[in-house]
Amino acid sequence: MMREHQLVIIGAGPAGLAAALEAEKAGLEDIVLLERDEYLGGILQQCIHNGFGLNYFGEELTGPEYAERFIDDVRESSVKIRLKTMVLNISPDKKITAINEEEGMIFLKAQAIILAMGCRERTREALKIPGTRPAGILTAGTAQRFINIEGYLPGREVVILGSGDIGLIMARRMALEGAEVKGVLEIMPYSSGLVRNKVQCLDDFGIPLKLQHTVDYIYGKQRLEAVDVIQVDDNFNRLTETKERIECDTLLLSVGLIPENELSQDMGLKLADGSGGPPVNELRETEIPGVYACGNVLQVHDLVDYVSEEAEVAARGAANFIKDSLKKREKEIIIEPGRGINFVIPHKISYQDESRKLIRHFLRVDEPRENIKIVIRDEAGSQIARFGREIVTPGEMETVKLPESLIPEGTGKLEFSIEAEGVEENGK
Amino acid sequence: MPVEYDVTIIGGGVVGTAIARELSRYQLKICLLEKDADVASGTSKANSGIIHAGYNAAKETLKSRLNIESNPQFDRIARNLKVPFQRIGSLVVAFAREDISKLKKEKEAGQDKGITGLEILNQEELHRKEPEIHPEARAALYAPTAGIISPYLLTIAQAENAVKNGAEVRLRSEVVDIKCDSGAVSAVVLKDSSELSSRVVINAAGLYADEIAALVGESYEITPRKGEYNLFDKEYGGMVKHVIFPMPSEESKGILITPTVEGNLLLGPNSNPVEDKEDLAVTREGLEEIWEGGRALYPDLPAEGVIASFAGLRASLPGDDFKIEALEDPVGFIDVAGIQSPGLSSAPAIATMVRDILADIAPELPEKLTLREGDFDPKLKKLPSFQDYQEKLDKWQDIFLQNPDYGEIICRCEHVTRGEIVAELNKEFTSPTLNGIKRRTRAGGGRCQGGFCGPRIAEIIAEELGISPLEVTKSGPGSEILWARVKDVKPDCDLVYGLGEKK
Ligand SMILES: Cc1cc2nc3c(=O)[nH]c(=O)nc-3n(C[C@H](O)[C@H](O)[C@H](O)COP(=O)(O)OP(=O)(O)OC[C@H]3O[C@@H](n4cnc5c(N)ncnc54)[C@H](O)[C@@H]3O)c2cc1C
Ligand SMILES: Cc1cc2nc3c(=O)[nH]c(=O)nc-3n(C[C@H](O)[C@H](O)[C@H](O)COP(=O)(O)OP(=O)(O)OC[C@H]3O[C@@H](n4cnc5c(N)ncnc54)[C@H](O)[C@@H]3O)c2cc1C
Repeated sequence: MMREHQLVIIGAGPAGLAAALEAEKAGLEDIVLLERDEYLGGILQQCIHNGFGLNYFGEELTGPEYAERFIDDVRESSVKIRLKTMVLNISPDKKITAINEEEGMIFLKAQAIILAMGCRERTREALKIPGTRPAGILTAGTAQRFINIEGYLPGREVVILGSGDIGLIMARRMALEGAEVKGVLEIMPYSSGLVRNKVQCLDDFGIPLKLQHTVDYIYGKQRLEAVDVIQVDDNFNRLTETKERIECDTLLLSVGLIPENELSQDMGLKLADGSGGPPVNELRETEIPGVYACGNVLQVHDLVDYVSEEAEVAARGAANFIKDSLKKREKEIIIEPGRGINFVIPHKISYQDESRKLIRHFLRVDEPRENIKIVIRDEAGSQIARFGREIVTPGEMETVKLPESLIPEGTGKLEFSIEAEGVEENGK
Repeated sequence: MPVEYDVTIIGGGVVGTAIARELSRYQLKICLLEKDADVASGTSKANSGIIHAGYNAAKETLKSRLNIESNPQFDRIARNLKVPFQRIGSLVVAFAREDISKLKKEKEAGQDKGITGLEILNQEELHRKEPEIHPEARAALYAPTAGIISPYLLTIAQAENAVKNGAEVRLRSEVVDIKCDSGAVSAVVLKDSSELSSRVVINAAGLYADEIAALVGESYEITPRKGEYNLFDKEYGGMVKHVIFPMPSEESKGILITPTVEGNLLLGPNSNPVEDKEDLAVTREGLEEIWEGGRALYPDLPAEGVIASFAGLRASLPGDDFKIEALEDPVGFIDVAGIQSPGLSSAPAIATMVRDILADIAPELPEKLTLREGDFDPKLKKLPSFQDYQEKLDKWQDIFLQNPDYGEIICRCEHVTRGEIVAELNKEFTSPTLNGIKRRTRAGGGRCQGGFCGPRIAEIIAEELGISPLEVTKSGPGSEILWARVKDVKPDCDLVYGLGEKK
């Protein structure tokens, strides 16, 4: 039996929750929220540390506290929630197949869909390290879940590979639970996490951060016994004379997050380079009209506040799509990342909107730089806006707000690039 | 005290389990002993998984005869035991002109041994069959009867079928001694000092067959030779369509590329002697070696496609043939040793050969033994698997309606339900470890490598076994995955609303 609904949202993390509330506010009455976990809130429920909500609520909250504010509202709303419900498949004509233990197979049809499946952690690096394959090697987020949700400590002597935020936070968390954290290794010459996390999680606990270091070999038959740690040079060549054996029973990996896009790809969406999510326009609409993406499934955010905002944009888009009140631009504007920039979101601007004053763009740079300008040029190469920044790093997302009024009539392309004094001007 | 077992088999590899299954056709009391937490924990877990056509070994060897005898049996075995098997054919690829005559010789030798379907492909035919192979590959020997199988699923299924037919399989049971009485074997002693009396002992201990043989005064040496592999993501599974070998050298069949029955690509193995029979470490040099071998056949192999590396150990015995024979002294001891490649491809015929040897020595045993056929069910039933329903998801509803556990997805990557895991744990023969469950249901074997579902599966195992999750292991004692209980912190879970109505 196929049930029909206005809007179906896949995933009830901060993105899905904010989208559901905003969609109701925008006038939709038939909203379904599907979540595979047994609780609402997504990854926030395991982030029991502080540091959420400064932008959105103007105060510092823990992950669960931040989630709770949305969950309370969603519970009061008309949104139909289904927990422990795993979406298996979405077809390009917006039919959704899911499964849960109460109803078994569930078949839905939606007028619009919002993808809010979040992201997962990269694991492959560990598999390529020479040596054995013992128990005790896991991702930092899994360890976080073990401790904060399932209530188990996964090990006692820990080495962390990768200085992403989750790795940094887990260094502190494991230390607080009485484990000995022997160091955080980062193959790049800089940490990929937020600066505040490095200070609060490593420095304050005396945990060493070894830049340009990686794991070279894994020892242990059943359980992990030790790892070889090695320094690399600027070209990632292994400096064998620096090799050092560190005994440990646990290796945590914090080597990056990947947007969880299996469902999106199955429904025919291509993924963009750099962001790892489907390309979207300013309303976070994908290449399939009426299918939206927001939150970590679109781009890995470091701050949840932006996730909530992005979800609201997508929800308004979906509501207007259902009400058929959107007006296409005569010519779409393609947005391209230029020199120094890995990706810009949105990937294009498709709609006309009289009431809109600013269009907000998210971008990530390719390496750390100081005293630079983010420059936006039009198709003809003329500069239409520039934004100064003292420091940019790949670990922290940049946002710029482009006044709609500055976009020249008829331009089909905008290019974002990094320009700095002393570095030659954009090569055109 | 009456003798407990007629036959004890030491070693739960593909060979030991094939023998157990074969002997379970007869009215015998059989016990298979495996030291590790699951069968297929030795060489049978990490190999190329190829059922060879059988032209490689010299005609007069056991390797040749048993492989050729076994090859045609695999369709039926796989069907009966519900093991994935595909007869995809193999290609030995020649680049140099002078190698073509070598291929022709191989082909004639193969035909002489009775192998059917062998064919020399010219460049065009080869490239039509394998569009992405190295452009300079010039010709190939095509053997359509070669196939691929899951070696560990075959081993597990053989054990399960043997148990179904009355054999006993004991895991975590290491044999440390063998007792003899007036020139005949009488019992095996396990590590925990328990003794199992048995009239016949079959040594199928793989790498450790020499140590088992030494217990009855026999002396030969088995040395381990390591073979390393890279496994590629399913995304690249379609790149290669057959088992692809380079020209063989004196020592080995070389570094090959093959699809696996799961749909991945497998590249390897190299062949290097090592000291330690447990040395399964993957080395940097080894990986480079197989990578070079792979690129020589498929220049476009994607480095980023590698999702895992692993190694297996060959049990190499001087003389270079299988050693399958009964000892005269003590009576009742049968060696099945030095089972190197193509041991997997030969397992069915090895098992019948061992049965014949057993029948031969039976009258000489202190108490006579007769092989009488009993009721034998060669088949295993396939339990419902959500994976098999991907194309007909609405049909899964019928299974769900019988048991709601089949609606709860535990492994999100491979879509395995609680029902499947519980059913597996309740089988007569299983291995209640994370690896055991992963092999049998795929739960925890996907992209996230059990990151998410590991603790959940541990809890299900704990629940079914009535133990603490802290006692659950990855692959036997010493590989526990959780250290200590922190506290109970699950977020409140009474939040399940029905679609439409809110509670
Ligand atoms: C470990 C960690 C620490 C962080 N720390 C901070 C911090 O200190 N400060 C800060 O501001 N931000 C932090 N963040 C970032 C912030 O938490 C995330 O950006 C935000 O949670 C992403 O929200 P989301 O809704 O996109 O994804 P998620 O929270 O991951 O939610 C996605 C939801 O979709 C569900 N889902 C996925 N697939 C399916 C499916 N097929 N069917 C049904 N449901 C599905 C998932 O179960 C999940 O509940 C952190 C992130 C992580 C991972
Ligand atoms: C790299 C490589 C690639 C190969 N590729 C192929 C191929 O493609 N095709 C093919 O046909 N063959 C192949 N082979 C060969 C094939 O894998 C072996 O012939 C076969 O697996 C041997 O099985 P087995 O049962 O004799 O040994 P094993 O699988 O090693 O089983 C022996 C068992 O005995 C147990 N044991 C040992 N000592 C004791 C004890 N004291 N008490 C209790 N139990 C004990 C061990 O734990 C082990 O489980 C390959 C081998 C290698 C190494």
